[in-house]
Amino acid sequence: MRRQLPLALCFIFGVFTAIQYYVPHFRVQWFQERLLQWLMTLLAFAFLLGTVSLIKVHYHKLRDRAPDRGFSLVVFAGLFTMIGLGFIHPDHHAPGSPFNQMFLNVQVPIEATMFSLLAFYVASAAFRAFRARTLEATLLLIAAAIVMLGRVPIGDLISPKIPEATRWILEVPNLTAKRGVMIGVGLGMMATALKIMLGIERAWMGGSD
Amino acid sequence: MSWYDWLLGIDRRWIFLTIAIAVVIPFFAPLGLPVVVTPPVQNLYDAVEALEPDGKPLLLSIDYTPATSPELEPMSSGVLRHAFRKDIPVIVMTLHPAGYGMAESAILAAAEEFGKEYGEDYVFLGFQPGTSAVILGLGVNIRTVFPEDAYGTPLSELPVMEGIRNYDDVSLLITFAGWSAAEAWIYYAHQPSGQIVGAGVTAVMATDYYPYLDAGQLVGLLGGMRGAAEYERLIDRPDAGARGMDSQSVIHLIIILLIVLGNAAYFASRRARRLAQARGEI
Amino acid sequence: MGHDRGRLRGARFVTGFVAGTLAAAALVVCAATLSAQEPIEPAVPESLAAPELLAVPTGVQVEDTPNDRGASVNVTWELSADDESLRFEGYRVYRSAHPETGFVFAGRAGRGATTYRDSEAPNNEPVYYRVAVGDAEGGEAFSATSDAVTASPQWFNDDRVNVLIAVFIFVVAIVYFVNAARGGKELFIRRLAGLDEVDNAVGRATEMGKPILYISGLSTISDVATIAAINILGEVAKRTAEYNTRLIVPCADPIVMAVEQEVVKEAYAKVGRPDSYNEDDVFYLTRSQFAYVAGVNGIMVRQRPATILYMGMFFAESLVLAETGASVGAIQIAGTDAVTQLPFFITSCDYTLIGEELYAASAYLSREPVLLGGLKGQDTLKFIIGVLIVITVIVATLAATGAISNDFMTPLFITH
Repeated sequence: MRRQLPLALCFIFGVFTAIQYYVPHFRVQWFQERLLQWLMTLLAFAFLLGTVSLIKVHYHKLRDRAPDRGFSLVVFAGLFTMIGLGFIHPDHHAPGSPFNQMFLNVQVPIEATMFSLLAFYVASAAFRAFRARTLEATLLLIAAAIVMLGRVPIGDLISPKIPEATRWILEVPNLTAKRGVMIGVGLGMMATALKIMLGIERAWMGGSD
Repeated sequence: MSWYDWLLGIDRRWIFLTIAIAVVIPFFAPLGLPVVVTPPVQNLYDAVEALEPDGKPLLLSIDYTPATSPELEPMSSGVLRHAFRKDIPVIVMTLHPAGYGMAESAILAAAEEFGKEYGEDYVFLGFQPGTSAVILGLGVNIRTVFPEDAYGTPLSELPVMEGIRNYDDVSLLITFAGWSAAEAWIYYAHQPSGQIVGAGVTAVMATDYYPYLDAGQLVGLLGGMRGAAEYERLIDRPDAGARGMDSQSVIHLIIILLIVLGNAAYFASRRARRLAQARGEI
Repeated sequence: MGHDRGRLRGARFVTGFVAGTLAAAALVVCAATLSAQEPIEPAVPESLAAPELLAVPTGVQVEDTPNDRGASVNVTWELSADDESLRFEGYRVYRSAHPETGFVFAGRAGRGATTYRDSEAPNNEPVYYRVAVGDAEGGEAFSATSDAVTASPQWFNDDRVNVLIAVFIFVVAIVYFVNAARGGKELFIRRLAGLDEVDNAVGRATEMGKPILYISGLSTISDVATIAAINILGEVAKRTAEYNTRLIVPCADPIVMAVEQEVVKEAYAKVGRPDSYNEDDVFYLTRSQFAYVAGVNGIMVRQRPATILYMGMFFAESLVLAETGASVGAIQIAGTDAVTQLPFFITSCDYTLIGEELYAASAYLSREPVLLGGLKGQDTLKFIIGVLIVITVIVATLAATGAISNDFMTPLFITH
């Protein structure tokens, strides 16, 4: 029963969602609307689930005096400061409220900085790993150089042919390869969905028996 | 130590430092490089330009997070300014919890600039969890997904939302996202409901969206800071996007230079090793 | 008490009487007013014939919206001659159950519009439409009444027959090969170096006494790539349980976390080591993309895992994660269907599964015949699509030269 029930629910809702794609009648769509509302409600509770997990894991680290428990203190400081700031101001999202200030002046710059690391890593990875070892690698390298130049104004200045070549690379070889992969991925997605609905693939619920 | 061994063994922090300097300098000494508009950006601009003043609203889903905001915020600001300048009603929402603050600050800044009134000219619906469920739900009835706006006002009390039920009543939808939100809008809004969708995505993701552009599933596309700079040029209001172009030009040149140097050192070292092998030293 | 009830009844009677009388009076007044104003034309303003009104739209056509949930009518018209006029304020669509009277406002459309979809028409009752043009002074001029139209819901969307046929073929292919595999048919699957390496990578971590870090992407459970990642996690967890190696799984989505906790727990139980499972090792970090990266990079630097697996959906964070992983000297195996992130993983990882190889991984690792059968079914449909592409390219090329028409292909590939 512990396994049959989730499998049955999975089959029923999976088949219903597939069928409703072909049945526009409002009686069927009414169920679909309710289903979507359930889903949204369910997903809202997921945030609670995540917060509970976060608190539990870090509480255990503090309780067990784990070697890196200092970080757990930082987690709690951040978590409770933001929750507290959200409560003390009646309209916590209003511009200028402490919550909003913390979001715009602490979270935004920290995350943007993390994202900007990408530029540094791309540069270092390009230097270390981008080698014209074979014919394919050389072609890739030339294409990369053209696209990089074609995507910035300096490429237009060097020659108007560069942006044109960039467009061709993006719209012909890139598009073709991408479509090939996308067709494969699409079929893989359908097959996985079907196998889950039919109960053939059960690893998501812990195994096959 | 030979030059190539030195180059191949260089501490990567030197590369990081070079990049940092190259990014910062153009901000103080702008090169003012001209930006040429590409078709995907022109198409998105044309789609917004074709909208009727005070007609069906434009739905903007500001789905980016603080991390990707430097790249995507100039895009959303450009489109918002364009829409407000043309008196097009705007509905703003987000599919990401961290997008709430991003969307709100972008729309408040643009509304203030053009003297737009909340509820009359634009509305902010806020965030709802469940990406695909939200997008599908909007196709049936906006009010079941967002019974009220982000500030708790029922949609029925907002003049801009009058007569807006689902995608039939929305002229154009544009999403700005650094994750798969744009794909979700294509799959769940364009495909079943025929909603016209445009997108702004990070430069690294842009190539992913060319198939959708080519198939007409996306009306237009802004890719990375370059896309924002092009849009700024079209609305004739250079801002953060245009400012970033100089830095990006310099960085791209440096990366190409690094690749050339890396390859030169690699081939020189390979040649030296072969010569040494031929001489029987190794 | 009884007295009170009596008084209440009395009061009710009085109010009822007053209300009834007032209503009757109102009716009489209404009837009198209406009869004084015959013929009845309440929705069409008196100023219809006034010369200053804008030109009315012509050719108003109506049809029940095809393939819809019901209650919907498509109204189309030809532009008013004054569509470009500065006084023009837009089109207003009116609906009524009667061709002459009782028109109520249904919705509006802007300058240049020639269509409106009314989504509030009654089902299975004939209705009529008129389209009005409004001017800046508040005047309104009405078109002629449309023909009658009846909105009705449909039980089948015939625009999607092509998708239905494709899905049917696909389901048949999958079910056929799964059954063939169940029947003991030998199915070949090509070697996937990245997955062959999983066993070695777990062994290496065990020898070094270091943990294995498993990152299942940044997407949600509705992403099939995440489900594939969870399937692979199940197989990896079985191996770590056998070797008694620590497995750390930081999650970016709470639902994914809940499922992964269950999967890892089951895997440990299956190999007979339920006690080795530590729930705190499968935990939630944050949904915020780069805050997650900061958290995971912190774990990499502090715990120095021997092996890192990246499976599922990744975005711009892929290189930042993989470069940090490489810098701590871990063996890295990646698998994603995010095409734009593949170059980053290929550069920084030891092995990379490309696109649908990710979906095949679960079948490959478990070697369960039914899962392998699914792969074979997938290949069959891919072959059919390949053949279709070749045929359509030939037809489209011939059509471009004018030799044949390719109009017949449109309904095959377009859905609504």
